[in-house]
Amino acid sequence: MFNLEALDLARMQFAFTVSFHIIFPAITIGLASFLAVLEGLWLKTHNDTYRDLYHFWSKIFAVNFGMGVVSGLVMAYEFGTNWSRFSDFAGSITGPLLTYEVLTAFFLEAGFLGVMLFGWNRVGRGLHFFSTVMVAIGTLISTFWILASNSWMQTPQGFEIVDGRVMPLDWLAIVFNPSFPYRLAHMAIAAFVATAFFVGSSAAWHLLRGNDTKQVRKMLSMALWMALIVCPIQAVVGDAHGLNTLEHQPAKIAAIEGHWENNGSEATPLVLFGIPDMQAEKTKYAIEIPYLGSLILTHSLDKQIPALKSFPKEDRPNATIIFWSFRVMAGLGMLMVLAGVLGLALRRSGAIYRNRWFLRLMLWMGPSGLIAMLAGWITTEVGRQPWVVYGLQRTANAASNHSVTQLSISLALFVVIYFSVFTVGIGYMMKLVAKGPKSHHEHGPEGHNEQVITPRRPLSADTLETDARVI
Amino acid sequence: MGIQGIDLSLIWGVIIAFGVMMYVIMDGFDLGLGILFPLIPDAKERDVMMNTVAPVWDGNETWLVLGGAALYGAFPLAYSVILEALYLPLILMLCGLIFRGVAFEFRFKASPEKRHIWDMAFIGGSLLATFSQGVVIGTYIVGIPVVERQFAGGSWDWLAPFPLFCGVGLIVAYALLGSTWLLVKTEGMLESRMRLFTRPLAWLLLAVIGVICVWTPILHPEIATRWFGHAHLVVFGALALLALLAMFGLLKTLRQRHTHWPFAFTLMLVFLGYIGLAFSIWPNILPPSISLWEAASPATSQLFILIGALFILPIILMYTVWSYYVFRGKVRIGDGYH
Repeated sequence: MFNLEALDLARMQFAFTVSFHIIFPAITIGLASFLAVLEGLWLKTHNDTYRDLYHFWSKIFAVNFGMGVVSGLVMAYEFGTNWSRFSDFAGSITGPLLTYEVLTAFFLEAGFLGVMLFGWNRVGRGLHFFSTVMVAIGTLISTFWILASNSWMQTPQGFEIVDGRVMPLDWLAIVFNPSFPYRLAHMAIAAFVATAFFVGSSAAWHLLRGNDTKQVRKMLSMALWMALIVCPIQAVVGDAHGLNTLEHQPAKIAAIEGHWENNGSEATPLVLFGIPDMQAEKTKYAIEIPYLGSLILTHSLDKQIPALKSFPKEDRPNATIIFWSFRVMAGLGMLMVLAGVLGLALRRSGAIYRNRWFLRLMLWMGPSGLIAMLAGWITTEVGRQPWVVYGLQRTANAASNHSVTQLSISLALFVVIYFSVFTVGIGYMMKLVAKGPKSHHEHGPEGHNEQVITPRRPLSADTLETDARVI
Repeated sequence: MGIQGIDLSLIWGVIIAFGVMMYVIMDGFDLGLGILFPLIPDAKERDVMMNTVAPVWDGNETWLVLGGAALYGAFPLAYSVILEALYLPLILMLCGLIFRGVAFEFRFKASPEKRHIWDMAFIGGSLLATFSQGVVIGTYIVGIPVVERQFAGGSWDWLAPFPLFCGVGLIVAYALLGSTWLLVKTEGMLESRMRLFTRPLAWLLLAVIGVICVWTPILHPEIATRWFGHAHLVVFGALALLALLAMFGLLKTLRQRHTHWPFAFTLMLVFLGYIGLAFSIWPNILPPSISLWEAASPATSQLFILIGALFILPIILMYTVWSYYVFRGKVRIGDGYH
């Protein structure tokens, strides 16, 4: 009744809209915490550089938040429009988790965000700081619910199947399912890392153009400290996440490693490079390092990891894709660790602010955190296939019964609209970045005085009177 | 069905119905402005129109997200079937809302030469979103066939005369909400212009409601029995009477050049129409045959989200009231916001 082609289109559409969407919340999560830190430091040290940076980044935060809201509206409906069998089958669990996410986001937008963006001159410093902190915590609570839902789909527990549908038994077990702590930590830190490199790259851009101010230096310095500390933590968390996946979704790990079969009791090598071929059931052009696979994944020199051929053909995720998406993520991760360390080495002499090679590196690494995050999501989501709820419902049985015509129309619409609308939005964000942080003498003693002409909405936090030709 | 005698499905049915009503009323006048935009060519007056809702429109739109997510959590069967059945109209609605939403922001930031692009996005987005919502409501009233918990109709079922008529009807309703909203919020030329538009729009809406009241029972014998059965005849008679009174009040206060009453009577008209619709399909959440209780998620799920909703919804409502209070009063040319 419904062929593979329609399923492929439905999957492409979801992948496209969710990939676009996740970029904005990731930056929102990172910037919200960054802003809380900046405001806290300003209140503590009375160093106005922090306050100038707060005003600069809060405008970019606001535009980014607005784009997240617009692209998120689509997501709340797509589960039903495109994946109605899934919604009916698992809706009694994934539905409430999404409801909580929306309630949290709604709550945030209804209250603290307004105070944070528009209340600088209207409420006391303490209350304003409290609002910023609440927004930061709120973004993390939103992350909590979405990751709980996704993790439950990866490692479901706390339910029973009644009449062919999922019935929740124990909400604590559902939320705190086995992969949830790892996934939540990995994603939250990914958001911090992505934001650190976005901030660092913005600073590098200004320094390369000779806009060498104390605010720009401060933001580069903070971004590099963040990278230095958080990137290695992310590597450790990622490793633990991998071990957790090995335990609960061994087929995913086998596919990531392009590992087809175990020879006798030989330790599992690590395939550094190769092209896994799903038809031929082998990894072509493989360059292997003996023992390393066992060492990384079992932390031993003799244990084997399960091989792809030990899973029925119809239960194998696409290794060609996730072998590479995983390597993109891990490779960028290592590069980011390196950038942090390099920053530390160059810091003593102040070369981080002057060395043009280093600044160019930081500039180009601006999107690295976001790309790594997308690659990571591709790995874990494609690696969950052929299941939508792991071991319980296959993706092929989850989709709505739409025709190829309908899906082609909607996919084309989304592609056209997302590229046109979000290109303008992202371009606008970049213009804001390019304006650079101003010291508060330049924007008047009141600092944030755009209340005069601005509606109290996130996208309008910057007035841009001086910038009428932005779009 | 319930825990300790509490009918959770009923509570959730009321919460979702309330949320959708909040959406229809509040985003109704936002979208109405987009519909009226082509009639007001002056750029300054257009600025004023947009500024009357600029501080509140995205809060208004969030009720739609809440409605969708709450339906998913509390009635996953209804969520999956309705959204599948109305695939293209809903996608078109989302596309319309994206354009409308970004137009709000980018219009003020665009250079004067490019502003007309965002005006077009605002008009087109508002019309598309409104029309699609009307089609959704119309298809919903006609009924969505379900077999074994799955949508059993065709992909293009919504492309029928009645839903399309409802699409046009909703454009009229939102335009009236928009024009009476502007009576409250504007002055001078713009206000007089709106006074001029409101009268024909009101008559048009009355005609639309009349057509729907005749057409629905013809399409839907069950609704006919319900409407004209003696238990409900009183209710529907009262609703019809109240609607006529509201219409009378609207026209009268319009003539007397009141600023606030026409909007209040329009709200009453829309509210009565909404209540009439709710009574017609009650207690089904998926007309023609699936009730709230049959579509409900397990009691544990409904209870789980009810805890959060009871905590958060009152805060959202208080905040909504507060922000309308803060931005009360007329908006003038050259005013920005506040």
